[in-house]
Amino acid sequence: MLKLNNISKYYNTGTVNEMCLFQDFNLSVEKGQFVSVVGSNGSGKTSMLNIICGSIPVDSGTIYIGDENITHMPEFKRQRRIGRVYQNPAMGTCPHMTILENMALADNKGKSFNLRRGTDKKRVDYYRENLRSLGLGLEDKLYVKVGVLSGGQRQAMALLMSTLTPIEFLILDEHTAALDPKTAETIMELTGRVVKEKKLTTIMVTHNLRYAVEYGDRLLMMHQGQAVIDEAGERKAAVRIEDLLERFNAISIECGN
Amino acid sequence: MTLLLGVLEEGLIYGVMALGVYITYKILDFPDLSVDSTFPMGAALTASALLAGINPVLTLFLSFGAGALAGCATGFIHVKLKVRDLLSGIIVMTGLYSLNLRFAGGRANVPVFTQDTIFENPFLAGIMPQWLSPYLMVLILFLIIIICKVLLDLYLNTRSGYLLRAVGDNEALVTSLAKDKGMVKILGLAIANGFSSLAGCIYCQHKGFFEISVGTGTIVMGLASVIIGIQLLCPENGTSFLSALKLPQVRPTTAVIVGSIVYKACISLAISMGMEANDLKLITSILFLVILVVSAERRKKVKSHA
Repeated sequence: MLKLNNISKYYNTGTVNEMCLFQDFNLSVEKGQFVSVVGSNGSGKTSMLNIICGSIPVDSGTIYIGDENITHMPEFKRQRRIGRVYQNPAMGTCPHMTILENMALADNKGKSFNLRRGTDKKRVDYYRENLRSLGLGLEDKLYVKVGVLSGGQRQAMALLMSTLTPIEFLILDEHTAALDPKTAETIMELTGRVVKEKKLTTIMVTHNLRYAVEYGDRLLMMHQGQAVIDEAGERKAAVRIEDLLERFNAISIECGN
Repeated sequence: MTLLLGVLEEGLIYGVMALGVYITYKILDFPDLSVDSTFPMGAALTASALLAGINPVLTLFLSFGAGALAGCATGFIHVKLKVRDLLSGIIVMTGLYSLNLRFAGGRANVPVFTQDTIFENPFLAGIMPQWLSPYLMVLILFLIIIICKVLLDLYLNTRSGYLLRAVGDNEALVTSLAKDKGMVKILGLAIANGFSSLAGCIYCQHKGFFEISVGTGTIVMGLASVIIGIQLLCPENGTSFLSALKLPQVRPTTAVIVGSIVYKACISLAISMGMEANDLKLITSILFLVILVVSAERRKKVKSHA
């Protein structure tokens, strides 16, 4: 479904600070798989997401979705098939527009942004229904600007908006990291539900080892541009937080931290 | 009374331009200096067009279209050639200065007093009663600006308009919606400069001449109008004196037009208090500074209370 072939990515090429992040990195994700990705800072988790989404170019290698080579496709075109939720809750919504307007924007993804009415009155009930499923009472605040909502509410909206239209991939970039533990829990439960309901192929980067263990059917641990742990299916189900911590410690000692 | 009418006329003319600045400054968050050149461009084209015998009403559309093209140029330089926003505007502004002289037939000053305009033509003279004539200009200007405002309001509520608002609010979201944020910015700049050029066209027909320096300081006037209007009638925190008086809320576009009139009133007040016409630009910039400082002051207060 998604294939990264022999990806290489260097930062600061040609300077003394040149750093090789990925060298011949390969990853393939099956349709319907929910991959949790953990790893220390600078291990290449977010870079990997950025490479998939086209936010940063690769130095060599190819990226395929199905049979289509998307290596040189601009970021905005790839987003037609990808939904992405960022760490920063402000990234997924428009703060100066109302909840209803935000929903209408998201609902129009993949269609033409023409001179028809921005908010289709007939869709309002549908939006309300979707918002109600979040269980945050947002369905009664349709005309409130998103900027006044809390981070958790905004992130819930961002998640809802990115999955409102049919997409193939859901990319979650530490999407609970900026939230308090209680809200993070709510958003994570919501994520699990949405992914299951819409049968989305998902890649989730997280620093929360418990989420990585509890959610998803495949687990990757990244280190220096390599996947040092890659378990799926039953073996993934058997992974415990302690195992991950142990591996983390081993890596840290190796690096001299 | 003449003074009041004068203020209204000027305010409404520059109000059209301020609608454009509202798009770039408030919606797109793009400091667009090209309006300083698209305003005289509208005037230059109109002067030439009127002398060539083109229908005055047609010049309105012509100017808007030409301004939109210039806006596209600014957008193209910024988005595709990756030049910084401020510099893109300066490049277009500087280049258009020469082009404007060409549009005006190589002259820095073109009188069109003798030509028919949207304010003075046989058709209007035929249907308008005599007693209305002192107010005629204000009425026509009012009509034009209302049309502009309503069209802009309608546009901002279309899907395309939503996208325009989104790009200034959160670029990343526009990309997430699988849309090229660069194209949306170019579109916004085109509309904004269209309005600016349209205002130049109306200015030329109102004053009866084109003059190459009419554009100097347009952006300052536009910004001042936008900031006064928004601060006065629909501030960010949502508590204007309108809500205090339990009056209905107004749209930002209306606020911008009111801001333009208030601004022109301030200028005309300063002149009637004994400042000379030569001091005009100085008054303009000082007044703008005062507005900026005052509005920044308020923002700080709001923050510390929150």
